[in-house]
Amino acid sequence: MEFLRPADWDEALAMRAELPGARPLMGGTDVMVELNASGSEFGRPAELPEALIDLSGLPEPRGHGPDGGWLRLGAGVPYTRIVAELAARAPALAAAARTIGSPQIRNRGTVGGNLGAASPAGDAHPPLLATDAQVELASRGEVRRVPARDFYLAPRRTELRPDELIAAVLLPPAAGPQRFAKVGTRNAMVIAVCSFAIELRPALGEVGTGIGSAGPVPLRAHEAEDFLRAELADRWEARRPLPEAVERRFGELAARAARPIDDVRGSAAYRRHAVGVLARRTLRWAWEDYRKGADPCG
Amino acid sequence: MTASSETRAPAAPAAPPVPADPAERGGVRHGVGTDAPRPDGVLKVTGEFAYSSDLWADDMLWGATLRSPHPHARIRGIDLTEAVRLPGVYAVLTHEDVPGAKYYGLERADQPVLADGKVRYQGEPVAIVAADHPETARRAMMRIAVDYEVLEPVSDARRAAFDPACPPVHGPAAPPEPGGAARPANVVRYQPVRTGAFAAGAGLDEVRAQADVIVTGEYQVGMQDQAFLGPESGLAVPAADGGVDLYVATQWLHVDQSQLAPCLGLPPEKVRLNLAGVGGAFGAREDLSMQAHACLLALRTGRPVKMVYHREESFFGHVHRHPATMRYEHGARADGTLVFATMEIVLDGGAYASTTSAVVGVASSMAVGPYEVPNVRVDAYGVYTNNPPCGAMRGFGAVQACFGYESQMDRLAEALGMHPVELRIRNAMSEGSRTATGQPVDMPLPMADMLARARALPPPAEPETGPGTDPRRLPGGVAGTTRGEGVVRGVGYGVGIKNICYSESFDDYSTARVRLELVGGEPAVQVHTAAAEVGQGLVTVQQQVARTELGVERVVVRPADTAVGSSGSSSASRQSYMTGGAVKAACEAVREAVFRLARERGLPPGADDALELRGGAVVTRLGAVVAELAELLADTAVEETRVFRHRPTRPMDPLTGQGDAHVQFAMCVHRAVVDVDTELGLVRVVELAAVQDVGRALNPLQLAGQIHGGSAQGLGLALMEEVQVRDAAVRNPSFTDYLIPTILDMPPMRVEILEHPDPHAPYGLRGAGEPPTLSSTPAIIAAIRAATGRPLAHAPVRPEDIVGLPVP
Ligand SMILES: Cc1cc2nc3c(=O)[nH]c(=O)nc-3n(C[C@H](O)[C@H](O)[C@H](O)COP(=O)(O)OP(=O)(O)OC[C@H]3O[C@@H](n4cnc5c(N)ncnc54)[C@H](O)[C@@H]3O)c2cc1C
Repeated sequence: MEFLRPADWDEALAMRAELPGARPLMGGTDVMVELNASGSEFGRPAELPEALIDLSGLPEPRGHGPDGGWLRLGAGVPYTRIVAELAARAPALAAAARTIGSPQIRNRGTVGGNLGAASPAGDAHPPLLATDAQVELASRGEVRRVPARDFYLAPRRTELRPDELIAAVLLPPAAGPQRFAKVGTRNAMVIAVCSFAIELRPALGEVGTGIGSAGPVPLRAHEAEDFLRAELADRWEARRPLPEAVERRFGELAARAARPIDDVRGSAAYRRHAVGVLARRTLRWAWEDYRKGADPCG
Repeated sequence: MTASSETRAPAAPAAPPVPADPAERGGVRHGVGTDAPRPDGVLKVTGEFAYSSDLWADDMLWGATLRSPHPHARIRGIDLTEAVRLPGVYAVLTHEDVPGAKYYGLERADQPVLADGKVRYQGEPVAIVAADHPETARRAMMRIAVDYEVLEPVSDARRAAFDPACPPVHGPAAPPEPGGAARPANVVRYQPVRTGAFAAGAGLDEVRAQADVIVTGEYQVGMQDQAFLGPESGLAVPAADGGVDLYVATQWLHVDQSQLAPCLGLPPEKVRLNLAGVGGAFGAREDLSMQAHACLLALRTGRPVKMVYHREESFFGHVHRHPATMRYEHGARADGTLVFATMEIVLDGGAYASTTSAVVGVASSMAVGPYEVPNVRVDAYGVYTNNPPCGAMRGFGAVQACFGYESQMDRLAEALGMHPVELRIRNAMSEGSRTATGQPVDMPLPMADMLARARALPPPAEPETGPGTDPRRLPGGVAGTTRGEGVVRGVGYGVGIKNICYSESFDDYSTARVRLELVGGEPAVQVHTAAAEVGQGLVTVQQQVARTELGVERVVVRPADTAVGSSGSSSASRQSYMTGGAVKAACEAVREAVFRLARERGLPPGADDALELRGGAVVTRLGAVVAELAELLADTAVEETRVFRHRPTRPMDPLTGQGDAHVQFAMCVHRAVVDVDTELGLVRVVELAAVQDVGRALNPLQLAGQIHGGSAQGLGLALMEEVQVRDAAVRNPSFTDYLIPTILDMPPMRVEILEHPDPHAPYGLRGAGEPPTLSSTPAIIAAIRAATGRPLAHAPVRPEDIVGLPVP
């Protein structure tokens, strides 16, 4: 296995084009775990990639800044910086980042890597879905932007082509309060049993949702969104507390959107139930944020 | 300091004020009873400590193990051709290459060194490889072709225990032992206990009739892993005499040696073991793992061979805690006095016996817990299945039983409308009680006082809720699942009893060699034992004992190896007792020898015969110096070796369980306070307070560490730790999915230590490592029950259990 260190982003794209079997490496918090595990599953052949392309030293993916009204977040910005620098601009993503792994993992791990691994349990996905973010994919000679909602195809399979690298994610102009919550059976450093993200967009009369770890891919709760959009249509103005029945119904519809399975981390029935609870609670908090016009991450 | 404001030049220079040194006891620093610092402490914290996985020899090869992916299969053939051909491969060995005994085991030699034509659990070693690089070894393993005929695994322990039609995991049943009953083929040990009316042959209904209230329950304890951080590892170095020197992280060097030598076809003296840095043990290093394999490869290749298990492999490389299913019934009078208890405990031993038999002994003899119950009926079974082998883990059978009886005590308290602590105190054992196995408790057992103290501790602050609350203070932690919604507080208590040291007539002893000599003109002590420091602080305790007994501060503990006699296992909370006792005995002998030397020189006139060793000198009781060690030992060293045994124990009667099977009893009480998110089934333990009687605290700081660690391990079992096994296959062999508590799951602890000395034990001490592991689990689960009203019969409690959904 070769370890390749491109001098710049273009060289990285060139390597990617020439070596479709090579694995990009960003923070390495998924890749290294896989490499260390390979061969330890007795009897089964390890799948070592033919090469690693180390992107972690390149400056291009490590920045973030405005892009029109949008926020362009480089694929290689570690979670620690997202928490420290983007909590106000991208509250749901920052809240998700805060729940990922341990301080060491947050120092290394990135949204680019989360998207590259495309685990259904990845914590960055629900906020990206809920906020209608886009994923910027680059190959030699082409850059394209794919909406997050179209990015995930199947477990660990995405729109990313073998000759492409994930360059950045683009977050739309901040539209309103966002919330993220995740269930794990330990109070820190735990893979999601399920998670949920919500964004309210008062100016547009819109809402966005994202369900994590309760389906083969990260999901949107379409029916719940439709229901809530309709319910909120004449409530934005008054900013009164939401009737509990609305919160509850929203939770039920979100739970219904989940397509969970039984696995070692939890049962399908529990996941569905918990998605409903998270949806109900995060809606309440987001609505309270909106009513107070308060700092949405308080 | 003086408060006087008088300023006056002293007439004569005053003696310098002697600072009260907390590290000093009886004239020596860092002796028994002080927080003596551990020699490995700084190295471990700074990452410089050499663990067994850090071992290195320049010309070494790497060993690797090919394991079975199937829990149960016949091996029709193994083709090594392609593996042997790979450049860089030095040896590929199978069952046929084992030169001596093909089987080994702690209690029963039933485990093949390498699979013997059959695999009986997933991950069983089938072949081993030595190669010039771990990657070469891995590739060689890929080239070994094993032809398996997959068989249906026996995966249900209850079926193995009770169904005569269940296929035997190891061939037909052994003929019954003299005095014992015939048993089904898969029962490794059946141990009943009968007292009172049950011993007299009364039926259950007769006994039930005496009770006003009866509660029954069925409970399960999941398979817990020891989750040590240092994987199985070691280095085997072939020696010029045809033998082998093995450097390995283990818990008992001599029992490794006595199992290894026959397999290697060597006399024991040619199989020399040296303790390498141990990264945690908790019972998981009692059985052999890579020891025989590394030695076989080293002897075959003539090169040093290093083996280190991967993390995932480690989950298959050591035994786990026996999962248990338990059926309990308790009857009491209306005032809470216990009338009877029956229990059936089935422990799944997995594919090989390991210590199952001893675990059944503990589970059955401790099955009722620390309660006085006049009529007891226990039936405990340890069985073979094709599940992962289970053996020793901190608490050793007593943990499982404790979850059962403590759950029952809470259920009974509820049925009686009594406070759970009051019910426990009413039935508490104390000095003078008899255990269910008829053994008198002839040492202090202040259980009632401990419970009262735990109950009287001030309650923790009320939960913080609402916007702005630090999520780490609420269930769900940093994931921010609640700001107080659904959160209910609960309080629970747990108490457990554990036998200390080896039981049931085992010849349990420890050996220590102590040498007193001058080093650079100063007296210095060397202590040499084979006792394994597994992180518990045994090296420090040995130093402390030598300092106190010999009055010399400079004490070096030599690396443990088999060049000195056995110290027994670092398990059963026994090493302070046993090796502490052995070092004490050897020091006493050294002291006597020094006094003899002094007497030979002639005592000063008027000195009585009661000499002491203090401050590097032989002194009279009143402190007059008889001789300086620097002088006495000028051209001689004093060295003594002693073997220490605890008082003998007896076997349990095979039909009634009666017998003085144990050496010492130890207890811990926990009070747990939890906040539960009742809608999501998530828990935060707010407080875990412990009260433990330790007889005598040899090192209070290390003792607190043991209580914290044991409590945390019990918290793990209460809330998250379970090796999930389906159809005999492990589903979560990684720290991604086998969760252990983090610092955010474990609350700061309030620990109250009581010291009622045990007159039979060295310094009056009581083994302390295991008891906190027993009681913290039921205390936490009781607290969750209190918060939720759910029955919660399974440890660990899963979110599904709390929200009332089935667990598939
Ligand atoms: C202890 C531990 C705890 C963890 N906890 C969590 C958690 O709580 N939540 C969670 O979601 N995840 C968790 N993870 C997983 C991991 O940290 C995250 O998925 C992280 O986002 C990966 O980022 P990375 O930069 O380290 O990715 P890498 O490991 O470098 O890469 C991950 C994958 O993405 C691909 N890749 C990386 N960069 C690019 C690119 N620019 N273009 C195309 N493909 C690319 C790689 O080839 C690889 O397939 C945890 C991991 C560990 C080891």
